Amino acid sequence: MSTPAIDCKSLCKGYMSGTTHVEVLHGLDLQAHCGEMLMIAGPSGSGKTTLLSLICGILRADSGWVSLFGTDIAEMGERSLTAFRAATVGFVFQQFQLIPTLTVLENASLPLILTGTGFGAAKHAALAMLDRLGIAHLAKRQPAMLSGGQQQRVAIARALVHEPRLLICDEPTSALDSESGAATMALLKEAALATDRCVVVVTHDARIFSFANRIATMADGRVISISTTPPSHP
Amino acid sequence: MKYFALVGGLAFTTFLIVQQFGGFCGLMLLTTSTIRAIGAEIWVMDENGLQANEVIPMRDIEVQRVRSVPGVAWAVPLYWGVVEAQLENGSTLRLQLVGLDSSSLTGHPERMLEGSLQSLWQPDAVILDQVGVEVFAKKGVDLRIGTTFEVNDRQFRVVGLSRTARSFLGNPYAFTTYNRALDALPGQRKLLSFVLAKGAPGQDPSEVAQRISRLPGLRAMTREEFSRSTMEWFFQNTGIPLAFGVVVVMGLIVGLAVTGLIFLMFVNDNLRYLAAMKAMGAGFPALATMIGFQAFIAGVVGYGLGLGLAALYASAVVPREVPAFFLPWQVPIVVAGLVAAVCIASALGSLWRLAKLEAGMVFK
Repeated sequence: MSTPAIDCKSLCKGYMSGTTHVEVLHGLDLQAHCGEMLMIAGPSGSGKTTLLSLICGILRADSGWVSLFGTDIAEMGERSLTAFRAATVGFVFQQFQLIPTLTVLENASLPLILTGTGFGAAKHAALAMLDRLGIAHLAKRQPAMLSGGQQQRVAIARALVHEPRLLICDEPTSALDSESGAATMALLKEAALATDRCVVVVTHDARIFSFANRIATMADGRVISISTTPPSHP
Repeated sequence: MKYFALVGGLAFTTFLIVQQFGGFCGLMLLTTSTIRAIGAEIWVMDENGLQANEVIPMRDIEVQRVRSVPGVAWAVPLYWGVVEAQLENGSTLRLQLVGLDSSSLTGHPERMLEGSLQSLWQPDAVILDQVGVEVFAKKGVDLRIGTTFEVNDRQFRVVGLSRTARSFLGNPYAFTTYNRALDALPGQRKLLSFVLAKGAPGQDPSEVAQRISRLPGLRAMTREEFSRSTMEWFFQNTGIPLAFGVVVVMGLIVGLAVTGLIFLMFVNDNLRYLAAMKAMGAGFPALATMIGFQAFIAGVVGYGLGLGLAALYASAVVPREVPAFFLPWQVPIVVAGLVAAVCIASALGSLWRLAKLEAGMVFK
């Protein structure tokens, strides 16, 4: 069997809330594979955000193990983890988080610039990605001049421009109407999914469940069920 | 808007500090205006004299004593004092009366605007400066060659107008001969203000001054030593440095508070974006470089604008000579260092906030 893209074993994570220690994840186990879109659902406070932060190495687990493409990220130092994340993970954030003072093209170039690519090459690659997503004509605009759907496309372009093997999407449709949401998911499915790439989507939005290969439902810091969607999704 | 406030804060800080430094240096320079106006190589005064604006009168015989010192080429008397003059229309004003050696006119004004220096040898002659024109006009008198006024019932007649460095007290200079000046003063045993001297060819003025100082009751200094001593006296005996220093420190504090606060607001307003960049793989050094670069650009622009404002201010006040303003080349460099320190301190405050930033907040 091939190495899982994401392999979480017995993950535990807690926070101090004042003087009280609050346990968020209780020995969580989860796997995701290349070529798969895994959705993580569950009520607020179930630990989705914490799990996402642990998967991409923004947070460290108190105990347990997280491996990305066979690499144990808990073993990595802060600097090498940051570099690994920059090269391996792409992000689509809930509120897009496009830098308002940069143009669409500059926003889309950011991950490449952060990994040391020259400005010229980064912009060239970003323009190609914007073109692939059908928004090259917006390259010189500022994010504030775009609709929600267009901003989300820019965010997806930014997430994919450096060809990451793992794409993390946090509530990618929550700021969009149902039509734009469906279009965004279709785009993600088409542009992001590849045999060597895994897409993880955290969502409350039941309308997009049909796009997932599997849906992990969380409650009280654990994965309580994993279901597969019908094979005939759009 | 915040960027303008940030740059404006730095520009204001720069302007305030440069303006205060310039004012301070100008005032310090003004304290030595007597020395520059007269231009003698060696100044001899009472042994208790320390600065140019405080005259301790001496007896006329001191001129002969100075002339007797080996290495002295010549020595002449100088009267220097403030007198009350009564104008033709009855109004009064204060004049800085300068009594020059009658034969050599040593210490005469360097630049004549009207009339000639030699006219001073005419009876009752006096030469006034450009400040006199302004001051007389305020009193309703059109100062020109031929204008007369009285000092202690002694009549003077203007024979020339000169351009002279403004005096410390701002009174117009009135140049006349030594004997004529004394003639206008109440009879006193001691009226000699300074003895002006020059070292013989090949003699070091400083050594000659030291030799003169060995005479009982006298102190002699070269022009440079006397200027330094005058400024030191003002430093040690007046509140001028403190007054200017307090404003400079206040400017620094206000600048630091404004820029520090705005920088922090910048970071706070952009925390989500910074967190997103951190999540995407921007390390602390990259984000710190960004903040540092912003601080650098804001500092350079603010400093440039502030210095430009100070230059505008200087171009307005320097020709009028009021208020005093003089900017040595070192001041802009020192102020650049201070503004850089303000920017660095402000950026460090923001970096502290950045260091505590959790990239995970972008998911919340």
